[in-house]
Amino acid sequence: MEATYSAGLRPRPQLIISDKVFNVLLGVAGAVVLALIAILGSSLAFGSSAALKVFGWHFTIGTNWDPVKEDFGALPFIYGTLMSSILALLIAVPVGVGTGIFLAEIAPKRLAEPLAFVIELLAAVPSVVYGMWGIFVIVPLMRSLQEYAGEHWSNCVLLSGPPVGVGLLTASVVLAIMILPFIAAISKDSLQAVPRTQAEAGLALGSTRWETISGPVLRYARKGIFGGIILALGRALGETMAVTMLIGNNPQITASLFRSAYSMSAVIANEFSEATGDLHTSALVSIALVLLVLTLAVNALARLLIWGVVSQSEGKAA
Amino acid sequence: MRSTLRLLVIGMVACLMLGIITGAMAQVKLNGAGATFPEPLYNRWFYDFSKQTGMQVNYQGIGSGGGIKAITAGTVDFAGSDAPLSNADLTKMPAPVLQIPTVGGAVALAHNVQGVGKQIRLSPALISGIFLGQITKWNDPKILAENPGANLPSRAITVVHRSDGSGTTFLFTSYLAAVSPTWKSQVGAGKDVKWPIGEGGKGNPGVAGLIKQIPGAIGYVELVYAAQNRLPVAAVKNRAGKYITPSPASASAAIKGALRLLKADVRSSTVNSSGSEAYPISGLTFIFVYKQPAANAASLAKLLRWTMSASAQQTAAAYQYAPLPADLIAINSNLIGQIH
Repeated sequence: MEATYSAGLRPRPQLIISDKVFNVLLGVAGAVVLALIAILGSSLAFGSSAALKVFGWHFTIGTNWDPVKEDFGALPFIYGTLMSSILALLIAVPVGVGTGIFLAEIAPKRLAEPLAFVIELLAAVPSVVYGMWGIFVIVPLMRSLQEYAGEHWSNCVLLSGPPVGVGLLTASVVLAIMILPFIAAISKDSLQAVPRTQAEAGLALGSTRWETISGPVLRYARKGIFGGIILALGRALGETMAVTMLIGNNPQITASLFRSAYSMSAVIANEFSEATGDLHTSALVSIALVLLVLTLAVNALARLLIWGVVSQSEGKAA
Repeated sequence: MRSTLRLLVIGMVACLMLGIITGAMAQVKLNGAGATFPEPLYNRWFYDFSKQTGMQVNYQGIGSGGGIKAITAGTVDFAGSDAPLSNADLTKMPAPVLQIPTVGGAVALAHNVQGVGKQIRLSPALISGIFLGQITKWNDPKILAENPGANLPSRAITVVHRSDGSGTTFLFTSYLAAVSPTWKSQVGAGKDVKWPIGEGGKGNPGVAGLIKQIPGAIGYVELVYAAQNRLPVAAVKNRAGKYITPSPASASAAIKGALRLLKADVRSSTVNSSGSEAYPISGLTFIFVYKQPAANAASLAKLLRWTMSASAQQTAAAYQYAPLPADLIAINSNLIGQIH
């Protein structure tokens, strides 16, 4: 991009050259990022070629994972990753958006600023620490919950399973806590960016406080909040350490929320370093490729959703 | 005047730094990588070794698979592995490799059953039944038959196993494959297997942590982790019919019991070995080194001979590993003598 200068205001030649150098450097930085993504994708594709040659696309629907007999299938891991992320979102979105609304609209400033700081601190806690905390705090809680459910709701298949404590729901709860600060912080920022005129318009028409927030203000901030949710979903899909410590690491697909499961990032983290045998290693790289494709697909889908929702509302407004 | 002084100071600092760098380079440094099972012991050994000889040895616990890949690529001088290389694997190596067992270890069956009153006894049939998911409660008649007078609760058994690949799993599944034909056909032995049931913990600490958290849990861990976490361990019935508690002594007895097989091939399995005091779930960990290493042959031989010394093996016992019997040390000395 060439900067155009009018004749009278032409800067010294050194500054024009430095502008050009600056532009080139920034261009290189952008190209490096694109190149990294291309290299990542191609090296994953290359590493997974051996396993995909043996299993074909049935790899993604196979349910057996047997390193001794060298039979691999990715479906239990895809299920575990998706289910834990969706459950985590189901818990974190209401709490996170609610927190964002509280911080932006309702809390007095003296309370809002320290509270926002503390919530953002949650994002700084390492994943391993969340895992350890989960083992010592959430696992016994979940076990008590399971024992209670076993006594009173033994017919419900969603709550069945022996009271072990580690499982899909435990991992989802801790994941929800991990992604909460992203949703809360971005919701708060989006709501604070809403122009005062929106809220004032609502109040002028006689809305109550809640009707103003849930109506004009939230609709205006909707795009930003969805963006925050996508970011949180991206983090939940890729989260490894906390999930592997709490999910039970059992590659099975069951209807119960309490039983253990397995996620894609967890199996890669667990088995990659000791994976002898080219097929085993290649199968794990294939899982990494599936995870990459899944993350991209979910992000693309979410963006389409935002675009659809936003353009719909803008269409209505027009 | 000032610029000459500055030049002088810079020159002196440069010479000093050059001296330090070349001094560090002149020190022999050996690199190893591999299994995490012996890593705590190797770290202590190599620290003692550097104190005695001044030779620096660096060991990275990246897993047996990583160690084998590293030595195949030639990036390390030696590799640590819990599983030996089969003849098929040996043909894939670029040059002849020596496999030297350095120390033994026991895999303990730790559990979280309180108020039993005495040590739980398990037979091979019980262990395979529990880990296959056939025996599901602690007060199952088969367990009660093996444990007369024990106060076993009616709690469900929660099996805990490793989620990551490891030599500990290899040893335990080798034992199960040796004592249970059902296990051998259904699951098999390996560093990573398809477990019929159970929760997966990451690493020995992960398994120990899960056992501690879940009442009625049973799992397998390296002996030192059961000891450190103060987890009760089960006594396992060995081939001679005695119930043996895992310990460095009983693991050494197991290795001694397998000496006849080991004399023929050091890679022989030591699980379920004969010997009245042998703990059945015991095994050896190996160091792989090229017969003709590209560099540092003499230093490698010196290091390996040092690990066979009495003081080093005694340190192993202090760390809850099993010292090698004298006959096996003699075999190892022969092997080490082949490095040139």
